[in-house]
Amino acid sequence: MADQTITLEIFRYRAEQDSEPTFQRYDVPYRDDWVVLDAINYIKDRLDGTLSYRWSCRMGVCGSCGMMINGVPKLSCAAFLKEYFPNPIRVEPLANFPVERDLVIVMDDFIEKLGHVKPWLIREDMPPLEQGEFRQTPAQLDVYKQFSMCINCMLCYAACPVYGLEPAFLGPAAIALAQRYNLDSRDQGNAQRQAVLTSEDGIWDCTLVGECTVVCPAHVDPAGAIQRAKVTATVNWYRDVLLPWGKR
Amino acid sequence: MSRPYNRPMPGTWWLTNRAYFLFMVRELTSVFIAIYLVLLLILINRIAAGPDAYRAYVTLLASPGMLAFHLIALAGALYHSITWFSLAPRGLAVRLGERRVPDAIIAGSNFAAWVVATLVIAWIVL
Amino acid sequence: MKRSSEPLWWSLFAAGGVVAALFVPVLILLTGIVAPVGWAGQAFAYERIAALVGHPLSRLFLFTVISLPLFHWAHRFRFTLVDLGFRGARSAIAIACYGAAIVGTAVAAFVLIRL
Repeated sequence: MADQTITLEIFRYRAEQDSEPTFQRYDVPYRDDWVVLDAINYIKDRLDGTLSYRWSCRMGVCGSCGMMINGVPKLSCAAFLKEYFPNPIRVEPLANFPVERDLVIVMDDFIEKLGHVKPWLIREDMPPLEQGEFRQTPAQLDVYKQFSMCINCMLCYAACPVYGLEPAFLGPAAIALAQRYNLDSRDQGNAQRQAVLTSEDGIWDCTLVGECTVVCPAHVDPAGAIQRAKVTATVNWYRDVLLPWGKR
Repeated sequence: MSRPYNRPMPGTWWLTNRAYFLFMVRELTSVFIAIYLVLLLILINRIAAGPDAYRAYVTLLASPGMLAFHLIALAGALYHSITWFSLAPRGLAVRLGERRVPDAIIAGSNFAAWVVATLVIAWIVL
Repeated sequence: MKRSSEPLWWSLFAAGGVVAALFVPVLILLTGIVAPVGWAGQAFAYERIAALVGHPLSRLFLFTVISLPLFHWAHRFRFTLVDLGFRGARSAIAIACYGAAIVGTAVAAFVLIRL
């Protein structure tokens, strides 16, 4: 069998020597069961040890290896070479984030936003230990489970043009995560998260482009989470405006 | 030494891929609908002004430019309706008892309502 | 804490979107194509149309189908302009768009009441 190869065009940026990024071409062996991450690992191991990138589990659960592959945000461990062969594959760092080096982006903004939505169970009252654990039926779990599947891979931020145009936008994953807790029957923190969600550059910046849901590898449907947050916030707003004497 | 490189989005971002382009088309359908509503309001105003004004306006509507506009506006309105009803389930998590109603049923009932609304209006007017 | 007015505009946008989606296509078809081309002949005779439009329920329907979709346009267009790069003039754009919708609503009310 003749050894087939496939070309990868990879974004290179090394701050200590480059003022502008460049693209570097590598020819790697083509195996029909390889993913782009395998090809990049081959490059790192055999062709060019200076290439920098993030990866870990190589099976789509850790969220580390997000990259732009032919302009589409994907996990490099989930993009099979055979989908592109024999054409060259362009690999770039995740869009809408500053590039630290080569394929590594600066994710500080994302991490900070995750913190803003208080992604933990908030209780106003804490029952004594003797009362036992918080119980939850399968139906109650089902209400928020989809939003709990997020692996923090940031593909949705790379796909979102609103985030690209306005980096202050809270973003799909953070809002979906807020919903995950708002909808959890054990949580009492809706009011605390509302302030962040309904602030300037919160949910109202979203124009339902919908690409976040399309690219999400964990089927979280952040677009759906944001739409539901808008409905909830609107209902609450009307209730507050029309019935101000009611205390929730 | 850390000197992160920023890649700002170009003003032509919506031309870079099909999904973004279709999104912009969807948003711009609202412009055609708004212009149509102005024409509709003028039509009503012409009706109030009497039979001659009305007939003159209808004649104007039959001009090639007006017909072309209405065809484009119709295409835009249809695209708005299709995308709107397909996306509607996202905002509403309707639950029947313990289980969530599937998106397809919510979208389907929206489309059914659209057909009914269209038939009712057509029947009343024609 | 200053209460954001966004939910108001968004709810008008949503209501307008539903009304537009349900009724605007058939209205464009009837008033913009069928009537001018003459396919329905007598259906669009002046006396009949004037009577139809003058009915209180018709006026209410027409007011709704003009006003709400105008607010739908206003909200959507405001964000579209921001998406196209006019972010610096955000407040001015919002005021202009919603202002136009309010004016359109007022004009529609005026025309329909005086019909």
